[in-house]
Amino acid sequence: MNRFGYSLSKARVIDYDANNHAVAEYIAEKEPSFRLCIACGGCAATCTTGNFTEFSLREINILIHRGENRKPGSDIRKCMLCGKCILVCPRGVNTRNVVITAREAFKKFGINAL
Amino acid sequence: MHFDPFIIPFNIGLYFILIYVVGRSIIWFRNLSRPDKLRLQRGFFGMAFGQSLKEIFLESLIHRKILKTNLRLGYMHMSLAFGWFLLILFGTIEADIFGSHHLNPPHMAIFFRFFNPDHGKTAFENGYAFLMDLVLAFILSGLILAIIKRFSSKSVGMKKTTRLKHLDKIALASLWLIFPSRLLAESLTSGAYGTGSFLTGTLGAWFNSFLPAKQAAYPFWWLYSLSLGTFFVLLPLTRYMHIPTELFLIFMRNSGIRTGDKAGTYSEVEVHSCSSCGICIDACQMSFSAGINNIQSAYLLKAIRKDEDTSGIVFNCLMCGRCDVKCPVGIELTSIRMIQRRAAGAGNGIHNIWHGYLRTNPVPVTAKQPASKPSYDFLPARKPEKADILYFAGCMTHLTPSIKNSMVKILDASGMKWSFMDEDGGVCCGRPLMLAGNDREARELINFNSRLIWKSGAHTLVTSCPICYKVFRESYYLDVEVLHHTQFIKQLIEDETVKMNYLNKRVTYHSPCELGRNSGVYDEPKEVLRHVADLEKTGYDDGNSLCCGGSLANLRLQSPDKHKIASFAAAALSAPAPDYIATACPLCKKTISAETKIRVADIAEIVAESIVKPVANGMKKQRIPNPIETSKV
Amino acid sequence: MTGNVIVIGGGTAGVEAAGQLARSGIGVTVIEKESTIGGHVRNWHHLFPDRRSSSEVIDYLRKQLKHDNITLVTGELISGFDKKGGSFRLKSSSGKEFHGDAVLIASGFDLFRSERKEEYGYGIYDNVITSADLESMFRDKSILLRNGREPEKIGFVHCVGSRDEKSGNLYCSKLCCITAVKQAIGLKELIPGSKVFCFYMDMRMGGALYEEMYREAQEKYGISFIRGKVSEVSENIEGKLVTKVEDTLAGRPLRIEMDLLVLMAGMEMSKDGEAIDISGKLNRGVNRFFAPADYHFGSNISNIKGVFYAGACTAPMNITETISHARGAVSDVLNYLTNKH
Repeated sequence: MNRFGYSLSKARVIDYDANNHAVAEYIAEKEPSFRLCIACGGCAATCTTGNFTEFSLREINILIHRGENRKPGSDIRKCMLCGKCILVCPRGVNTRNVVITAREAFKKFGINAL
Repeated sequence: MHFDPFIIPFNIGLYFILIYVVGRSIIWFRNLSRPDKLRLQRGFFGMAFGQSLKEIFLESLIHRKILKTNLRLGYMHMSLAFGWFLLILFGTIEADIFGSHHLNPPHMAIFFRFFNPDHGKTAFENGYAFLMDLVLAFILSGLILAIIKRFSSKSVGMKKTTRLKHLDKIALASLWLIFPSRLLAESLTSGAYGTGSFLTGTLGAWFNSFLPAKQAAYPFWWLYSLSLGTFFVLLPLTRYMHIPTELFLIFMRNSGIRTGDKAGTYSEVEVHSCSSCGICIDACQMSFSAGINNIQSAYLLKAIRKDEDTSGIVFNCLMCGRCDVKCPVGIELTSIRMIQRRAAGAGNGIHNIWHGYLRTNPVPVTAKQPASKPSYDFLPARKPEKADILYFAGCMTHLTPSIKNSMVKILDASGMKWSFMDEDGGVCCGRPLMLAGNDREARELINFNSRLIWKSGAHTLVTSCPICYKVFRESYYLDVEVLHHTQFIKQLIEDETVKMNYLNKRVTYHSPCELGRNSGVYDEPKEVLRHVADLEKTGYDDGNSLCCGGSLANLRLQSPDKHKIASFAAAALSAPAPDYIATACPLCKKTISAETKIRVADIAEIVAESIVKPVANGMKKQRIPNPIETSKV
Repeated sequence: MTGNVIVIGGGTAGVEAAGQLARSGIGVTVIEKESTIGGHVRNWHHLFPDRRSSSEVIDYLRKQLKHDNITLVTGELISGFDKKGGSFRLKSSSGKEFHGDAVLIASGFDLFRSERKEEYGYGIYDNVITSADLESMFRDKSILLRNGREPEKIGFVHCVGSRDEKSGNLYCSKLCCITAVKQAIGLKELIPGSKVFCFYMDMRMGGALYEEMYREAQEKYGISFIRGKVSEVSENIEGKLVTKVEDTLAGRPLRIEMDLLVLMAGMEMSKDGEAIDISGKLNRGVNRFFAPADYHFGSNISNIKGVFYAGACTAPMNITETISHARGAVSDVLNYLTNKH
C-alpha cells in the first residue's frame, strides 16, 4: 500500500505513547490527591502568581498528566506556595504538595526548564 | 582487698562514658559560634550558673514540669532520676563514712554492700542502711511504673508511648536490670551476713532460709555490674543520652543561647536532650484527632539522632507549637523542625559515624537547588503612593471578604491616612515558602514587599493574616511598626479613636497558632473581644489553644484528616454554646466554619458590627487608592 | 387491604405517595412541618424543561390529597420514632404522638446555605443572590438590583455547595445546571438587553429535553457559557461584582464585572429529615442522605422493616423522578402490609 502524503504535524499532537509519564506517576505516588483534579480552574483563577504572570496550576496538572512536561517544568518555578488554591479546590487536592512534589520530580527525572 | 573481677564491666562502662561525655562536650563547645561561646562563658560565671543548678535540680531530677502535666508519669521519671541520684550521693557518703578509706573510687560506693557485707550492725549503720533501702524502694516503684508503661501506656496516664528501636531495647533492658539485680545482690549478701534493712534485710533473710545466700549473691553482683556497664556503653546510642545532655542544655539555655536557623551545637544538644517521654505525642492533634502517630517531635528527634531520612516526618506537621509549649525539657521543637525543613533533600547536615558514637561536625546546611528552582523575576517594579498606615490583607483574606470589608470599615472609621496594599491581590508574604523550607526563595518576595512598604513611607503596617504578621515581624527588616489587626484595633480602643457598642453576645475565642503560640499575641485579641462582647473560656485557651487543622505548615496532611482536626477544634469551641466563635485569622475562620453551625467570625467583623457611627460632621475618608494598581511605573 | 401508613413530609413525594396509597384503601396520615403542602415547589416560579408554572404541580398535589383515607396534619415536626412489634410510634416536637403500621419518609432536601461559601459573598455583597432568591424575583416579575436598577450583566455560578469537598458535599446535585439554563432564559425574557453568563465546571444535561434547552439558551437567547469554577468575588467602588474565574477552555484567567450574581445552591440532606432519626437507626450514605437498602432494587426500602423512603431524602431528584420514586415506594409499602397481615 502506498501512503498518501497527509500526516499529522508532530509538534501539534500530544504523543501520549512517546511521552514521559514518570513525572505524573511519581507525583501521584507521593501525593495521591494529584489525580483528583477535574480541571475546573479554581486554583488558576485565585492564584497569587497568576495575577502577575502566565501561570496556571490547572494547566500544569493536565499537561503533566499527559506527559507534556516541558512547559510545567518551567512554569512550576513561579508558584509562591501561598496556598489560596488549597482553599478553593473543590476536589480537596493538596495543591501545595503537588507543586513541591512536581519540583522534586522534575529534578529527579532531569527535566530541564525551558 | 577491695577488688573483685566483677567490678570490671562497671568500671569500663563508667570511664568510657565519662571520657565520652567530656570529649563530646569539647567538640560541642568548639562548634559553637563565637557569640554563643561568649554567652556560655559569661553564663558560667554569672547568674545563669545558679539558675541552671536550680533548674537541673527541679527539672532533671525532680521533673517538676512532667509532674505538673501528668502526676504518674512525673513520679516515674522522678523516682528513676532523683532516686538514682540519691542512691549515688548517699552511696558515696556511705562508702566515705563507713568504708576503710576516704575518697574511694566510684565502684566502692556502688558495690559497698559486697565489700562491706557485715555493715549494719550498729544502730547508726542500721539507720543508714534503712535510708539506702528506702531510696532503692523509691527507684523500684518508679521502675515498676516504667515497665507497666512500656506494655500499657494508659496506666501512667499517657495515651501513647514512643516506639523503640533495637539498641534502645537492649539499653532499656540493661536499665531495667540495674536496680532489680542490685536488690537481689544486696539482699542475698545481707541475708548471708544478717545485715540489711527493711527491704534487703527482710528479703535476704527469706532467701537465706532456703538458699546458700552468699554463693547465690555473687552472680547477681556480676549482673549488676554488667547491666551498669552495658547501659553506660550503649548510652550515647540511645535516648538515655538525654541524662547527661540535658545538663548542657540547661546551662546553654540559661546563658542565652537559642536554636536559631541552622543546625549547630545547640540544636544537637536539644536533639540529644529528648527523653522520648511522649508528652509531645499526647499534645499533638495529629495524634489525638487524626490518629497519625509517627510524625511527632519525639519521632523527629529520634530520626535525627539515628541519622535517618526525616523527609516523611518533617513536612507532616501543623507547626502549631503545642508540643513546644508542653515539652518538659524546653526543646524548641518547631525551630528544630524548621531547620530540618530548610535542609530537606540535603540530609540533616550532621552524620553519624562509628555507629553513631560520633557525629560529624554540623555543617551549615543548604538545600540543593532543584532544577525547577522557584524564581520570581516576573514581579513588576511598582511605586506606591504615600500613606501613614498600610493595610495588607494577605492572600487568604481575599477569600474571606467579610474580614476584608470589616477592616476597610474600621480603617475608614479610624480617620487615619491609610492605603490598601493588596486590594487587588498582592504578592505572598513569603512565610508559606519558608514553611516549605525555601527561605532563600522567600527572600525574593520579602524584598519585593519590603521595597513597596519602604517607598510608601508608612509608619505602621497592619495585616489581617497571622501568617503574614509573623513573617513581617520576624523576617522583614523594616523600620515600621507591624501590627496584627487585633493589635491595631486594641490601639484604636485605647486612644478612643473609634467608639464601639457592647454587643451583648457570648463568644469563644480561637487563638490562631501563628498569632498566639508562634508570635506570642494572646492578650490583645481577647481584650478587644471583652470590649465588645462576653468572652467565654473553652478549656483550650492561650498556650493550650487548638490548631484549626488548616495550617499551611503541613504540606502532607490530606483533606479527610484536616477535617478531623478541624471538627475537634470546632466542637471544643462550640461547647460553651456561644453566639459566635471568634478568631483572628482568615484561614482558621474558613477551616472552622466548615465544621460548625455556629457563626465563625473574625474579631474584625465583630468590631465592625459594633462601631458607633461617627457623627456626620463631614469627616473625610482618608483612604487613597490601591498603590499597586494606580501607579504603574 | 387495611393498614395505616404515616407519611412524613407533604412535598411532592409525600403527597404523591399518600394519594396512591389512599386509593389502594390504606389509611394515610401526612405530617407536614409547614402550614401547607407543596414543599420546595411552592417557592419555585416555573419548572424545567418546559417552563410550566410550578403552581400546576401544586394543583396536581392538592387533587392527589383529596381522599377520605388521607388525614393531613400540618405544623408538626417529627423528632424521633420507635418500633414496637409491628407498629410504629412517632413523636413530634410539640409532644404529639402518631401511630402507624408503616412509615414513609419523604422529608426531601434542604438548599445549601450559600453564605457558607464566603468567597462568593452571599450575605456580604448586596447583589449576590441564590437561585431560590431569583425564583421569587421571577414570581414578582421584577428583577432589580438592591439600588432599584435593572441588572445588565448577570452571572450564574454553578456548583455552589455541590461537587465541593470544601462544603463537605462530594456529590452532584444534578438539577442546578438545568435550573441555571432555565433561569438564564427566564432572565433574558424579562430583560432582553441583558448579558447572561453561566460559569460551570461541567454542564450536566442528563435529563429528558435538557440538552435541547441548553441549545436553545445558546442559539435563541445568546447566553454565554464559560467553563471555569468561580474562585472569588469582590465588590468594587461602583458596587459591581468583580468575578474571578479561569476560562479553562481559553486557558487564561478571566475577570469580569457583574451587576448580579446568582449562586446555584445545591441540595443537601434536610435538617428536619435528620431529626426524624434522632437516634441514628437509619443508614446514611456518604452524601449524608438516607441510604436505601439497595440502590438498584430497593431504592425505597430502608434498613428498618416497615420504614420506606420517597423522593429527595435519598438523593437529589427532579420532580419527575420524585413522582416515580414515590410511586415505587407505594408498591413497596403495599407489599409490606400484605405480607404483614
